[in-house]
Amino acid sequence: MRSHMSMLAVTVALQFAAQSAWANMVYVSNEKDNTVTIVDSGTMEVVKTIDVGQRPRGITISHDGKFLYVCASDDDTVEIIDTATHEIVGTLPSGPDPELFVLSPDGKTLYVANEDDNLVTVINVEGKNVIAEIPVGVEPEGMGISPDGKTMVNTSETTNMAHFIDTSTHEITNNVLVDSRPRFAEFKPDGSEVWISAEIGGTVSVIDNETREVKHKITFEIQGLRSEAIQPVGVRISADSKKAYVALGPANRVAVVNAETYEVEKYILVGQRVWQLAFTPDGKSIISTNGLSNDITFIDTETDEPVKSVTVGALPWGVVVAPN
Amino acid sequence: MFKTIVGTFDLNATATASVTASLYGMIMKSVVPNTLVFLFGLFFFCVNAPEVQAQQSSTEKAGKPTVDIRIGYLRAYEPQLALSVLDIPPRDEGVAGADVAINDNNTTGRFLGQSFTLDVKETKFDADVVPAFKEMVERGDRFILTDISAAQLMSIADLARDNGVLIFNVGATDDSLREENCRPNIFHTAPTRSMLADGLAQYLVWKQWRKWVLLYGSHERDQLYADAIRRAATRFGADIVEERLYEDRGTARRTDSGVIQVQKQMPVFTQNLPEHDVVIVADESEVFGSYVPYRTWTPRPVAGTAGLIASSWHPASEQWGGSQIQNRFFKATKRRMLSKDMQAWTAVRILGEAATRTNGDDPAKIEAFIKADDFSLAAFKGQKVTFRDWNWQLRQPILLGDGRGVISTSPQEGFLHQHSELDTLGIDRPERKCRM
Repeated sequence: MRSHMSMLAVTVALQFAAQSAWANMVYVSNEKDNTVTIVDSGTMEVVKTIDVGQRPRGITISHDGKFLYVCASDDDTVEIIDTATHEIVGTLPSGPDPELFVLSPDGKTLYVANEDDNLVTVINVEGKNVIAEIPVGVEPEGMGISPDGKTMVNTSETTNMAHFIDTSTHEITNNVLVDSRPRFAEFKPDGSEVWISAEIGGTVSVIDNETREVKHKITFEIQGLRSEAIQPVGVRISADSKKAYVALGPANRVAVVNAETYEVEKYILVGQRVWQLAFTPDGKSIISTNGLSNDITFIDTETDEPVKSVTVGALPWGVVVAPN
Repeated sequence: MFKTIVGTFDLNATATASVTASLYGMIMKSVVPNTLVFLFGLFFFCVNAPEVQAQQSSTEKAGKPTVDIRIGYLRAYEPQLALSVLDIPPRDEGVAGADVAINDNNTTGRFLGQSFTLDVKETKFDADVVPAFKEMVERGDRFILTDISAAQLMSIADLARDNGVLIFNVGATDDSLREENCRPNIFHTAPTRSMLADGLAQYLVWKQWRKWVLLYGSHERDQLYADAIRRAATRFGADIVEERLYEDRGTARRTDSGVIQVQKQMPVFTQNLPEHDVVIVADESEVFGSYVPYRTWTPRPVAGTAGLIASSWHPASEQWGGSQIQNRFFKATKRRMLSKDMQAWTAVRILGEAATRTNGDDPAKIEAFIKADDFSLAAFKGQKVTFRDWNWQLRQPILLGDGRGVISTSPQEGFLHQHSELDTLGIDRPERKCRM
């Protein structure tokens, strides 16, 4: 009976842990020291650091949480890491210098930006083979996919366009000019808009997904900071499509934007050269990678206050949180 | 061939590059340019037509024909010697950067029905460039990059104005071209000597190396560089404790066993100097500067035109996405990218950006776009580059590097400015002599 009780207690505890906001693993790619740091989002402590390929940047996870995908840019490959064993269990033929990618909503297809070849490579994840190569503008980087998986958006950093690609035909359907050095593409979860950050232009363009035209340009102003230091990179929009977070690079801040009015509501000071962002699955926290301070910052999305910064590896670049 | 090109655009880009290369080779000799332009246009249209049609954006009009945008490149070139063979300028210095930017513009252009070609014309260092310039204007060039001397540039400035030609100076660093001789139709992507000297001075002052010795050469450009160093010292609180002139007596740069003499000459030349932190060399003419490092009487770092060198670019710069342009450049040219290549790349990209945003090749619209207050360009330097609206000099960070890598980038932290920190480099608005 006693053992039964304790078993029950453990089960309850495990269930609680599994359902809690604070029980997900956070994976951070460290560009400089070729590692991925694993952080527990509950304790906000480093759990483990694993060695990966050279210059890890883009990082994402399969929808079942079993496999981590990491762009090893200098090895010209995407590595697959088993999240249970933390072993590299395979690679995907990404094409040269993969930097960022996006996984289709059904988890079957990975779209990779190949900076050096002006291509988007489409990879069948299960077969580990290349399905298509789509020629895009100069220096492809940002990758976003619509919630229905029908439209993929790639940004090209020197061409300064967002290329809308039909995922069934792999053809470009629209090219939309945005500001200088577009780094990131993020669909609103309701599919109505795509937000494109422009690092050198210093803006975020909101593109209407119906008309495929820029309907609004968000600008940022921080007292005491010269405008050149405001360089938007990572963008994440909350599940209810109401609030957006924009990482502002060397401005060392994350901007909180009302996604309905496009007003910037707050600037959260995090760490130096903040690049990428990821929500926890419950949406209660968002995590920023602060490259030059070698740490990540947990931000409470209720209060939009920084909660804690955790030291990771050298030059943290990308971040993804396990869905389960 | 057609299938291959449509399948992977990379091959297309390579093909375009080689056609562009052979095209300007032919045009240089002024052989049947019109036929070639037509052929090129036809080639480009064939290659791109299916994609252009397939990728019509809602912002584009259907059935738009390809617009050919010609960019001229007028350069004075002669083979040059250098104290180190590593410093001999490559045959295509500058032009290669323009070529890579033409390819970049064409990658973007295929989405908008625009194609870009480069028309290169070469003359000698002291030649009259007017006939060459006139030829280019007759061929229809309305945007011309120049890599010629300040005097040569002055000889075509008014001619350019009268013919509605916009000039992009990618080579001359003379401050006079931005000051007393400034022109509303001449943009400068090359930095000035004063910008380079200020970039260097800020770093030396940040290092607390404030006592300088200045060794300068006897040619005009060496003196101009020395002037910029003197100005920078005054501006940033450094002290030039002594100056020495190294007279060019016309000795051969390369002689067997010459190095033995140099090892003895340089210590003597730098003997009995007052206490100093750093030796600044002003020798653009490559007469003695590269001999100074490691050979000074007292062990001191060397900077200026040798040692730690200020420039608009460095072949090893990989910061701020730089590895992407470096890889692209190396793939196309099989050599590393130099400052003049970057200056030419930037000029062609400025034109490409203007053509993209104004959706055409109308020189008046392009000029208005570039001169607008909000014009900026991404050029792998960590922040946007913009133009100074009082003399059309490109504001840009200055890289400090030795022969191997980038040591630092100016403006240095703490050098503040009410408008743009980049205006702490070079002659600022209140000091300007330019009146347009």
